[in-house]
Amino acid sequence: MHLLVCGGTGCRASASDSIIEKFKTEIAAKGLENDVQVILTGCFGFCEKGPIVKVLPDNTFYTQVKPEDVAEIVAEHVIKGRKVNRLLYIDPTNQEKISDAKHMGFYRKQIRIALRNCGVINPENVDEYIARDGYHAIGKVLKEYTPAQTIDIIKKSGLRGRGGGGFPTGLKWEIASKNAADQKYVVCNADEGDPGAFMDRSVLEGDPHSVLEAMAICGYCIGATQGVIYIRAEYPLAITRLKIAIKQAREYGLLGKDIMGSGFDFDITLRYGAGAFVCGEETSLIHSMEGLRGEPTNKPPFPAESGYLGKPTNVNNVETFASVPVIILKGADWFSSIGTEKSKGTKVFALAGKINNVGLIEVPMGTTLREVIFEIGGGIKNGKKFKAAQTGGPSGGCLTEKHLDTPIDFDNLIAAGSMMGSGGMIVMDEDDCMVSIAKFFLEFTVEESCGKCAPCRIGNKRLYEILERITNGEGTMEELERLRNLSLVIKDTSLCGLGQTSPNPVLSTMDNFYNEYLAHVNDKKCPAGQCKSLMKYVVEPEACVGCTACARNCPVNAISGERKKPHLIDTAICIKCGACIEKCKFNAISIK
Amino acid sequence: MENRIEILLDKYSHSRRDSLIPILQDIQEEVGYLSEEAIILVGKHLEMPTSKIYGLATFYNQFRFEPKGTFHIQVCHGTACHMLGAVSIIDFIEKRLKIKAGQTSRNGKYSLEVVPCIGACSQSPVISINGEYHSKLTAERIKQILIDLIGE
Ligand SMILES: Cc1cc2nc3c(=O)[nH]c(=O)nc-3n(C[C@H](O)[C@H](O)[C@H](O)COP(=O)(O)O)c2cc1C
Ligand code: SF4
Ligand code: SF4
Repeated sequence: MHLLVCGGTGCRASASDSIIEKFKTEIAAKGLENDVQVILTGCFGFCEKGPIVKVLPDNTFYTQVKPEDVAEIVAEHVIKGRKVNRLLYIDPTNQEKISDAKHMGFYRKQIRIALRNCGVINPENVDEYIARDGYHAIGKVLKEYTPAQTIDIIKKSGLRGRGGGGFPTGLKWEIASKNAADQKYVVCNADEGDPGAFMDRSVLEGDPHSVLEAMAICGYCIGATQGVIYIRAEYPLAITRLKIAIKQAREYGLLGKDIMGSGFDFDITLRYGAGAFVCGEETSLIHSMEGLRGEPTNKPPFPAESGYLGKPTNVNNVETFASVPVIILKGADWFSSIGTEKSKGTKVFALAGKINNVGLIEVPMGTTLREVIFEIGGGIKNGKKFKAAQTGGPSGGCLTEKHLDTPIDFDNLIAAGSMMGSGGMIVMDEDDCMVSIAKFFLEFTVEESCGKCAPCRIGNKRLYEILERITNGEGTMEELERLRNLSLVIKDTSLCGLGQTSPNPVLSTMDNFYNEYLAHVNDKKCPAGQCKSLMKYVVEPEACVGCTACARNCPVNAISGERKKPHLIDTAICIKCGACIEKCKFNAISIK
Repeated sequence: MENRIEILLDKYSHSRRDSLIPILQDIQEEVGYLSEEAIILVGKHLEMPTSKIYGLATFYNQFRFEPKGTFHIQVCHGTACHMLGAVSIIDFIEKRLKIKAGQTSRNGKYSLEVVPCIGACSQSPVISINGEYHSKLTAERIKQILIDLIGE
């Protein structure tokens, strides 16, 4: 029997470490060490209901497990074979308990390619990866295919880069392979910078070997012997797992000199990103690896011609790499049978925000937004109304009700005024203010602009200031006009992808929610009640009975008043956190 | 401290400029921040002007030029946390601890950092104190956490 415990960052933030410890001591206490294996896996994806524990072979899926539940799972399920009913998932549509994950709405429409091993194997054990056909693809390639034949398979599969641009991967490899040089490099872009996205992190935490294997295949194809993974320093768990994986792969002769006796050498090192979003852009990433400020440079020359240390360099995203070994094993036709005409295969999305099932999902390209949000995502939290979904992070735009039935793929998202981006999908409900969301992304861009070119460095700052005035109730109609014009100029004239896309959140919210902008400007009102400068918390003296509940719970002591007398909120101190409203049993506090 | 940095630099004895960022990361890992002496030492080691190193270090969010507090508080300001009230949390901590984001309190006990995304979006809003996560925060919980920390 195997007990799989989720070891993704989300679940670890809610105590999965102590659950593992507990299981181990409990199993040892019962003398079952030889029969039951406790395994720390990667993310199951269903983060909303974490920590998750899965029992094999019967596939029981326990949700929201607490350290206190461990003893019962061992005593009941492991020893007596009886499921612990209270920890099973309850289907929200019919209140039935579901024990096997494959019957859950969350998983039913998913196809897992890049995430195939996440939550299935122990990422810290190469044998488990090998047992699931791991390193078979590199073996096959080295034995049966020439580099050109391998590139052909990737080209035929229709795989496009998952890092945001959607460039055909096979073509990219082909270009790099044709540029002759004494040394070339394979770089894996794991600098996942979109705030609100955690796909690449989850792949690296849950299945690091698949990326290593794919990088070696890429090295063979383009003629490189050196690979570098550029990973965010903020991902300590992924870094640890990668280090373990590289060490194990070297011990097995799957990395290093003369891999599998083929004469092909390939090794991988790690470089840590130092926390700059723009370093996700490939030229900037390469400069950062060279010890320079991470500022982008004009393309051409493309990295495939002159990249790291001036040598041809192939940069791919984590998820792109993770899809490669399966394509080699199952064939190009299989992969290209999934998806839409121009976007093949699957895409991983990180669902977050006001959605019931926050988590990590992988769906075939062409799945509609409605399926993602209402079937897989379980709909909007607290029965509220869906308002928008932001894809593409700070470079993307929002999709609204009218896009619910659009099949999601690279081209449709661009047509809808957004973009695929790396796969972050933030869901918003009726309580979210779209002007304030646009301002949030602009604040991010201003902070992260590298400052090399003026339109992005200065223009985005001006956009941000206008948005700030609008959300403070000081905006004018003239400024709305300027907001749009300036956005278009920044898009046209910025040097790199960051500036070329940074006004997208503004343009797309203006296109879809112009009324909200008008309300802020003309009526000085925030329809969603989010813009703090436009609202005030006040106690209605007639309704207040003076119970003091609010004053005792205000975190900044902004509320004063004697017992049994009406209370008063000092607006200068109030941080508008809403704690008092929740506490008042008499509905005496309102937002004006 | 100088000694620790020199030992560390010895590991990079034949290094070129492309080791600059890893060297600075190692120093920060070892002593917690990049001091003026540290930057001068690295400059000597790599035969680079100090101004270039400082210029590089200030470009990246990761590097800090003041020591961390005994309790280092990181508040996640990713999109999901933002929508669920990260700004109120930052406001509140700033007011309570009387420091601004990026600062360390004068007694060296607390430091506050706002980070773009911790990647635990399912648990938002999230903060981490010395690497330990506190998730799904409410106004009340954050108040309690700070009371436990300050002991007031
Ligand atoms: C501002 C900016 C940020 C980017 N961030 C990332 C990132 O975090 N991860 C990533 O893989 N690609 C990112 N990219 C895209 C890369 O430049 C590059 O296209 C990608 O890594 C190529 O890999 P792919 O073809 O496999 O997608 C970013 C691009 C821009 C302009
Ligand atoms: S567009 Fe922005 S991030 Fe890109 S080079 Fe110009 S200033 Fe730098
Ligand atoms: S909780 Fe409500 S009733 Fe009680 S003092 Fe505050 S405003 Fe008045």
